Amino acid sequence: MSTRASTLTGRIMSAPSIIVLFLWMAVPLGMTIYFSFLRYNLLSPGMEEWIGTLNYEFFLTDPAFFASLANTLLLVGSVLVITVVGGILLGLMLDQPIFGRGILRLLVIAPFFIMPTVNALVWKNLLMDPVSGMFAWIASLFGLPAIDWFTNAPLTSIIIMVSWQWLPFAVLILLTALQSLDRDQKEAAQMDGAGPISIFFYITLPHLSRAITVVVLIETIFLLTVFAEIFVTTGGGPGLATTNIAFLVYTQALLQFDVGGASAGGIVAVILANIVAIFLIRLIGKNLDN
Amino acid sequence: MGAIRLEKVKKTFGTLDVIPGVDLDINDGEFVVFVGPSGCGKSTLLRLIAGLEDVTDGKILINGTDVANEAPAKRGLSMVFQSYALYPHMTVYNNIAFGLKMAGESKEVIEEKVQSAAKILNLTDYLERRPSALSGGQRQRVAIGRAIVRNPAAFLFDEPLSNLDAALRVNMRLEITGLHQELKTTMIYVTHDQVEAMTMADKIVVLQAGRVEQVGKPMDLYNSPANKFVAGFIGSPKMNFLGGELAQKHSCHEIGIRPEHVAVSTENGEIPATVKIAEHLGAETYLHVEADGYGPMTVRATGEVPLGEHDKIFLTPEQDRIHRFDAHGLALGNS
Repeated sequence: MSTRASTLTGRIMSAPSIIVLFLWMAVPLGMTIYFSFLRYNLLSPGMEEWIGTLNYEFFLTDPAFFASLANTLLLVGSVLVITVVGGILLGLMLDQPIFGRGILRLLVIAPFFIMPTVNALVWKNLLMDPVSGMFAWIASLFGLPAIDWFTNAPLTSIIIMVSWQWLPFAVLILLTALQSLDRDQKEAAQMDGAGPISIFFYITLPHLSRAITVVVLIETIFLLTVFAEIFVTTGGGPGLATTNIAFLVYTQALLQFDVGGASAGGIVAVILANIVAIFLIRLIGKNLDN
Repeated sequence: MGAIRLEKVKKTFGTLDVIPGVDLDINDGEFVVFVGPSGCGKSTLLRLIAGLEDVTDGKILINGTDVANEAPAKRGLSMVFQSYALYPHMTVYNNIAFGLKMAGESKEVIEEKVQSAAKILNLTDYLERRPSALSGGQRQRVAIGRAIVRNPAAFLFDEPLSNLDAALRVNMRLEITGLHQELKTTMIYVTHDQVEAMTMADKIVVLQAGRVEQVGKPMDLYNSPANKFVAGFIGSPKMNFLGGELAQKHSCHEIGIRPEHVAVSTENGEIPATVKIAEHLGAETYLHVEADGYGPMTVRATGEVPLGEHDKIFLTPEQDRIHRFDAHGLALGNS
């Protein structure tokens, strides 16, 4: 791609996909921004009027906004910690030549292929149900009272379900990173007198830093928009206990029929996601260099 | 102090006998080279001494104590790996200091030892760099630096020069030899390159299929190889092996003659031959010839020789340089 002609050809060839991508992103974004400045309620069609930043004022001063912002951050943070730590431990185990490793790897990866709604239903009806769930049955074996997960620990329940869904992704990335660790380096550290724990902290963990960065960045993108698990199980409740930003926008738009307010919420969510992204890339993105 | 003694050291992987049983004595301060073709078990033997593999049977004595069941770090040995195995996320300083840090040395001691090692190896200006910012030779030196700070009983080198280019290899060869003269520590060096073995070793151990074929000084191996394998492996280009009439004349199964011990003449000689390829190197010329009745041979002529393809020549082996072998490939002593 060095001559002027080949550069031009390249631009022409890639133009269609760039145009499609641009329209696909720009048009919905533009429409959302436009709607966010309108009074636009589905219950009173044809009454749309320009109201300036009033939608934003309502959304940002709503106590539900701060509650759901806190929930979002708590959910993202907890799931990241659980999946990264659990992913490293499971990765280390699956990297050992243990019996039945092939089948074990398959089983560990499996949850990633289950769709979030099914995942949520399995946890809600088969595992966490206080009457017929498996956890209640286990508790009864020890003579303990059953826990009503979604009433007493709603956000924890969501965190557990989402972690279960995302753990395989972390294991997959971290396991491949572990497998690429040069055996000589471990042996050199062994010769240098490092025990297994020193080797883990001085050799293995620094080697994994890049893979951990990838896991954190990608998971954050998806975890900011967790919706299905909440919708299927708690419906954002009790109260606002499990409402995150994505779910709040949904309640605005489709439960209160307030398209204008929901659009404003959507734009706020986009801005928040960007703040988190900038923060993350500043903080750990330099691991991806060199 | 670093005298190492192997007694009936055995290693099997599953049903595969990699090392069927090796006895070997390495004296304190000696530079010993393990040499052999790939897959001969020389690296495995080194890793057994290092403790990176468990011995199946036998004893490894370092200064008289059996360490066969000790952890690698407890044996007081340092190893330089073929891939250097530097820690990529640590600076050169931390790479060299790592072993001392693991041994729980104080900051001052570490600083002093790292600085003195860096001085010996010309690394002082590079201590704050990461390995990725170093050239191959410098990485090699860091790996050696990491080995010397621990003041080991012996150094183990696992093909340390095979990732370097030819010119640098010659340099590092001299540096390692110089280092040995300076430190006077026992060194065990594994290589498949017989030139490295010949130039560096006090004692060469030639291995084949896990067995020790011969142990001796470089020149002893060159002048009196114990068998056909050693004869063919030591020396470059390879020794020529001739059977037939010539062997019968020396009353043996086969004779061996090195390319440099054959006189080349265009007029007369013992064996008539035709030149196939002539390699002119200036100081010497290697002639790859087809000897009548004996097949392909390589001979070396000094200086520039005006010979090329299809030229007829005559070869005469130097009588006192002929090696005689029996039907099992064992040397019979000079005739």
